[in-house]
This record gives sequence, C-alpha cells and structure tokens, in this order.
Amino acid sequence: MSSQSSVWVTGLGIVSSRGEGVVAHDFPKLWGTPPSLDSKTYAPFSVHPMVPLTLDTYIPKKLDQRQMEPWQRLGVYGAGMALRDAGLSSEYRATTDLLVAAGGGERDCAVDETILSELTNGIPFEKALNERLMQDLRPTLFLAQLSNLLAGNIALVHGVTGPSRTLLGEEQAGVDVLRTAWAQIRSGQSSCVLVGASYNAERPDVLLIHALNQRLWKGEFRSVWERDTAGGFILGSGAAFLVLESEEHGRARGVRPQAILSEVRTSLGPVEDSFKALWDSMSAALGGSPDFIVSGATGLSKSTRQEASFLKRQSAGCPVYATGDVLGHLIEAHFLASMVLGVATLHATSGQQAFITSTNHGPNREGEHAVGLAALKGIN
Amino acid sequence: MRKFRDKQGRPLVAISGVGVVTSLGWGIDENWRRLTAGESGICSISRFSTHGLRTTIAGTIDADLKGPFSAPALSQHLAEHAAQEALVMSGLGRPPCSGHAGDFPGGLFLAMPPIELEWPQRCALARAHGDKRPIAYRDLLAAAAHRDHRELLESWQDLFLFGTLGMRLASHFGTCGVPIALSTACASGATAICAAVDALRRGEMEAALVCGTDGSIHVETLVRFSLLSALSTQNDIPSAAAKPFSKNRDGFVMGEGAGALVLETYESLVARGGKAKGFVLGCGEKGDSFHRTRSRPDGVPIISAIQKALDDAALESEAIDGINAHGTGTVENDKMEALACGAVFGDRIKDIPISSNKSMVGHTLTAAGAVEAVFSLWTMQHGRMPPTINYTCPDPTISLDVVPNKARDGVFRRMLSNSFGFGGQNTCLILGTEVSS
Repeated sequence: MSSQSSVWVTGLGIVSSRGEGVVAHDFPKLWGTPPSLDSKTYAPFSVHPMVPLTLDTYIPKKLDQRQMEPWQRLGVYGAGMALRDAGLSSEYRATTDLLVAAGGGERDCAVDETILSELTNGIPFEKALNERLMQDLRPTLFLAQLSNLLAGNIALVHGVTGPSRTLLGEEQAGVDVLRTAWAQIRSGQSSCVLVGASYNAERPDVLLIHALNQRLWKGEFRSVWERDTAGGFILGSGAAFLVLESEEHGRARGVRPQAILSEVRTSLGPVEDSFKALWDSMSAALGGSPDFIVSGATGLSKSTRQEASFLKRQSAGCPVYATGDVLGHLIEAHFLASMVLGVATLHATSGQQAFITSTNHGPNREGEHAVGLAALKGIN
Repeated sequence: MRKFRDKQGRPLVAISGVGVVTSLGWGIDENWRRLTAGESGICSISRFSTHGLRTTIAGTIDADLKGPFSAPALSQHLAEHAAQEALVMSGLGRPPCSGHAGDFPGGLFLAMPPIELEWPQRCALARAHGDKRPIAYRDLLAAAAHRDHRELLESWQDLFLFGTLGMRLASHFGTCGVPIALSTACASGATAICAAVDALRRGEMEAALVCGTDGSIHVETLVRFSLLSALSTQNDIPSAAAKPFSKNRDGFVMGEGAGALVLETYESLVARGGKAKGFVLGCGEKGDSFHRTRSRPDGVPIISAIQKALDDAALESEAIDGINAHGTGTVENDKMEALACGAVFGDRIKDIPISSNKSMVGHTLTAAGAVEAVFSLWTMQHGRMPPTINYTCPDPTISLDVVPNKARDGVFRRMLSNSFGFGGQNTCLILGTEVSS
C-alpha cells in the first residue's frame, strides 16, 4: 500500500444546549459547570435543550428552513458552520464527500395523537389511520424524515456534492462516519470529507422509544459516572460537524490544520477487553499517551462502569471528561461532539494528544458493545 | 501470471455468491425464471385496508412471521434469506445452520429502510393508558415511564433502534467487526456495494457480505410516497401499472425485497479455489444540489455519476454491453435517465439494451440497488436480459432500446447499473464477467 496521507481537521461546527461554535465548547470552560436542562416538558425525563439559533446565519433561504424539521435544520446549520470555518469554497464543495450519521426525522405528533384519540373513541383503526394520514400530513414531511435527507439538504443548501453516504446505527454510526472518512483520506480514496451528525432530543416520538427500552435517566441530574441501578442517559440536542482533508489538499488550499486526526478504530466485544485492545494498538502506533480523554460514556451503568474501570487502570491519572455531562447524550452526534470538544480543548490547553471514546447503548449481544477509540494530535 | 490488481493498482473485487428475494419469489432461480418470462409480482394490497388511498397496489412479500406486521422484522427475514443463499453459493466461511450462528471472514454492509415505532405499539400504549379523553404523547411517555410493560416490551426490545438489524445479522452470520448500516434512499443497495468495495480496496478486509433489504410496506410508507405523487395510481390492473419509459407512465410501484452479494478480493478467492460469478469493476457516486426529489434539468450530476463509474473501472463507454436502468416509471426519472445515458453513450445508446427490473418487481427501495446488481450479474452469466414489461405505448421523446416486453439474448460482458435516490444521491455500478479490458 502506498504511503498514507495525514488527515487534517480544518473546520469545525457545533451547536448544543451550551451555545454555538467552538468558542463555547471546550472542557476548561464547561467542565464542572451546571448543565442546561429542561426537566419539565418531558417529565419524568429531562433533556438538554438547544439554545435558540438564528437560522438565517447558515440557512439563508426561508423556504429551505421551512422544508425541514428541527433535526435536519440543526444538522444543516452545523454543517454550514464547519464549512465556513474551513473556508471551503463552492468549487471545493463540489468534490467534497459527505458522510453523515443519522437516525430519522420527527413525526407529526399532533396527527398521531388525533389517530390514537379517535381509536379510543371507537372509530375503527384502519379508517382513523388511513383518513388522518392522507388528509392531515403535510406532503413533504416525509422528506424531513428520511435518514439520508439530512445529507440531501446539506448538498442542497451548502453545495456539497461529492459522494454522499448516510450511516445508521445510533452511537456507532457516529464513530463509523469518522472512521470511514479517516480511512478514505489516508488511503487516497478521498481528499476532502464533511463528516457530522445532528440530534434533536426534544421530540416525544423518540423519547418514547428510549423510555420503552428503559434507557432514559429519570429524576435529578447526576454525572454519567454516578448513575446508580441500571443508570440511563439524558438526551441532548445538538449538531457536530468536522471538515477533514488530506495534508496535500489542505496545503493546496493554503490552510492550516486545527488538529491532526491520527487514528480512529472500532471493535465489537466486551467493553474492557475491546478498549484495551484498541488502546494498546493505538498507543503502539502513536507513541505516547493522551493529555486528556473525552469519554462518550452514556450513563448506562454496566458499560459506563466497565469503561470507568478501564480508564482508571489505563489513563495514568490524566483528566477524563464526559461529553454526556456537559451536553447530554447526542446518540449519532455524540462521538462527533466529543471530537469537536477534543479539538477545542487541545487548543485551550495547548495539549499534544487526546483520546476520544465511544460505547453504543444497544442493541448488543450479552456483554458486547460496539466500541470506538480515536486519537487527536494538537497543533501548537 | 494472473493479475489481481486493477489498472490503478487496487485489489480486484470479485462476486462469489448472490441471493435474492422479491415479490416474484424466494431465491435467484425462481426470480430469474419469472423475470426472464416477463412476469410481474405486483398485486392488489391485502396486507392492510387500502380504503381511502390513491394507490392500492404493491409488490409485497408475505412471510409467515409471528405477531403484527413490523418493517424491521420482515426486513430482517428477507435479508437473512438472501444472505444465506449468497453465502451457500459462495462457499466462503460457514453459513448459519440448525440454530447455530455462522462464521464469515469479513465485514457486513447493510442497506436498510428507516426504522421507527409502529402503530401496533402506539395503539398498545394508548390502550394501556386506558382513558377515553384525547391521548397525547405525554400520556404515552408517562405510561412508558411509570408502568411495567414487560409483556409489551419483550417482543419489541430494541426492535425500533437503527442499529438492531445490522447487529442481528452480524451475530447470525458471524461477520467481523462492527456492521455498517446505511441509507441513501433509492440508491442504498448500490451504495452498500460501493462501501464494501472501498473497504476491500483499502485492504481492511478480504471479503464482505453486502445486503440491501426492504420489507416496509405498511399504510404509512405507502401514504408518504403517495403524498409526494411518486406512486402509480393505475390500480385496475396491478401487474400493468409499472411502465418505465412508457408515454403513459405515472409513477413507481412500491416493492419489497432483499438482495445479497458476497464480495471477495479476486486474489483471496482464487487462493481458496473459489469461482468468481463476476466482478465489481467500478463505482461512481455524485450528489445533486438542485432539489430534494428532482434532478438538475441538464442531468449533469447523473451524467457525472455514470462517467465516474466508467473512470473508476478504467473503461470507455464503448465497453458497456447493457444497462440495468434505475427505471422507476416516474415521469421525471425515466426522462432524466434517458437524457443522461444519451449524453454519455451518444448515438450508440440506441443499440445498448437498457431494461428496468422495476417493471416487474416494483421499486424495492433500499434493496433495489442490490437486487438489481444481482439481476445484472445473472444477465451477464446467462446471456439474457430481462425485459421492460408493460411497454405498449412508447414515450416518443425517449429513444432507448428498453428490451420491450420480451427478454433478449445476447453477449453481455459489462453492464452499467443505475440507482438514483431522493436527496440527489446518484450511484452507478459497472459490473463485469471478466477483468481484462
């Protein structure tokens, strides 16, 4: 195999309950400060709600804004921020790959509620369903729901029209879009990739799925490391996007990297064993240990404790930050948010190296998780 | 001396096994027999009431599964069947047998439909709530939070997460590493093939199990496409509704299905004494920023995707013997596809057979790109291109040889297979029976 290209991080976009932009998202600023929570709207569950955004900033046309629902709007906004941060012109965007991690878009909850209410009032199910769906749904809502239409809207609004792939699968999708982008650039298959995801936590249709799966934390806020019994996650709204490019592409554009993405690896297996194997092989490849760790621990007790136990043994006392404590749990966007926080914290601390972790929350065979580990090198 | 690398020095990617399920039947043999006979799998929908709906036809697949219909459950069942057939055909690894999981020395790449909670579950929660006053999501959430729904949960646990299907298939077939699940709407099946080819070319693995599956025809999915005016409403004769490239085409017909392929580096296939059924010679992907569902009127993104696939295969357009069209039967797609093919192939397009499997199996959505890659491979293997049926009223503005109504014998060494998805995601594959130019 020919020599592998270095992968530069040249643009960042992030929005969350803590604000907009990299300037609001580093751990020295956020760590130890109280999270922004809404504990009323979806009681007994809390969410980390989005700060209000001026959509025009990155989605100039009102028509585009109206076509989308919050999940896609957040993503298109975050993507726009990363592209502007990278200074990527339209000429380059036409050959920039797009790798997005996504779930699905918001249902029309009012229509669902009408259908269910008609049922409980004795209207035959199929009549209620067919009529309400045909008559009450806005015809283009489906486009706001399709998993790949976040990427589609990014193409439309921001002119990113290289190969486009949308990966599915909660947390592991977020890791795999980054891993795929990294591998494509290293091997020369791609020279510039926009990678990212968004998540809207403020939607009862999706809270319901996680509530039914018994995975949502109830009641008073606690750190992910301290959630007892089965634990649980607190969903957070946000978007996180990165522009990655090969060193050659960056030099040709005349830009400097904000960080180097040295490694991204994944494994499927028991949490501790998987992290150990990934860590050992990564440390051997990179030489040296991290100045700090950004953990994607979910707050689900079993896997979180396993990760905590591993990090305690392995990390020689370097600080361990948890994205879940400051932003909430962003599912597909979680690992990518951790990456952005990682780059921002390297700058803020003049750090040399950071490791970023991820574990998926399910579904898994007993004792196994999809685990991810990445390494960032600081530019100082 | 055999050459195992392509012109760009990348490992050649061979196909060693295929599997397919559609409304025409279970398995490649039954599908091929009926496809080449010009039969249709489209019928009036009996799975649910179509009262009040504008489209009442589809290519559904009935499977004897427990419990109410659920898209993830049917999609899993179809995927398992198609992948099993492909694995047995390939002879690579060990397929699952008698309740034991299989063992496959490579990764899993899965194209799958959107997943969400479905009506049986919402209704069950509403009934559990009990009250007669208007139900709100607040009530469903409260019911989920405060009550023990073990009996409701048992069959649904994790069913409605996006990661579930990939993880279950990875467990069942014993694939390596974290499975990749993806969607590019109607291009998904082809995108999964491209993703696997990329991984093999990078040397990350020597084999990949690729599967595109879609078992998601229920009222809501039908209504969603119907509201976008994408579906044919010619319900009277269901088998005649899907009429790609015809003057009176009026939309696509939804279909269910799964297509699976075992991909291996040619080198590792030969080393283990295996036989290639064909090769994935090139992949081309290009995005369109014009509109969420329509293509740029000059067809440039589609032309670009086709050209990129040819470039990736290091082939001139003259090398293509046949085209498996995206051919949905919508007014828009067929016009744009004809325009783009005309631009790439010039005058020769009139002599290149281009047919649409969707005329018979319907649009199998996230499975389509994989199902149609399988059918393209069989076209080349058997020297017979399936027809575009229901072609009785040609569109005078489309001058293509659509292989009307009857299958056509010929020599097909290299084929182009097109898949164009909502969201402007265009994916083209070049498949071949030989690797030398």
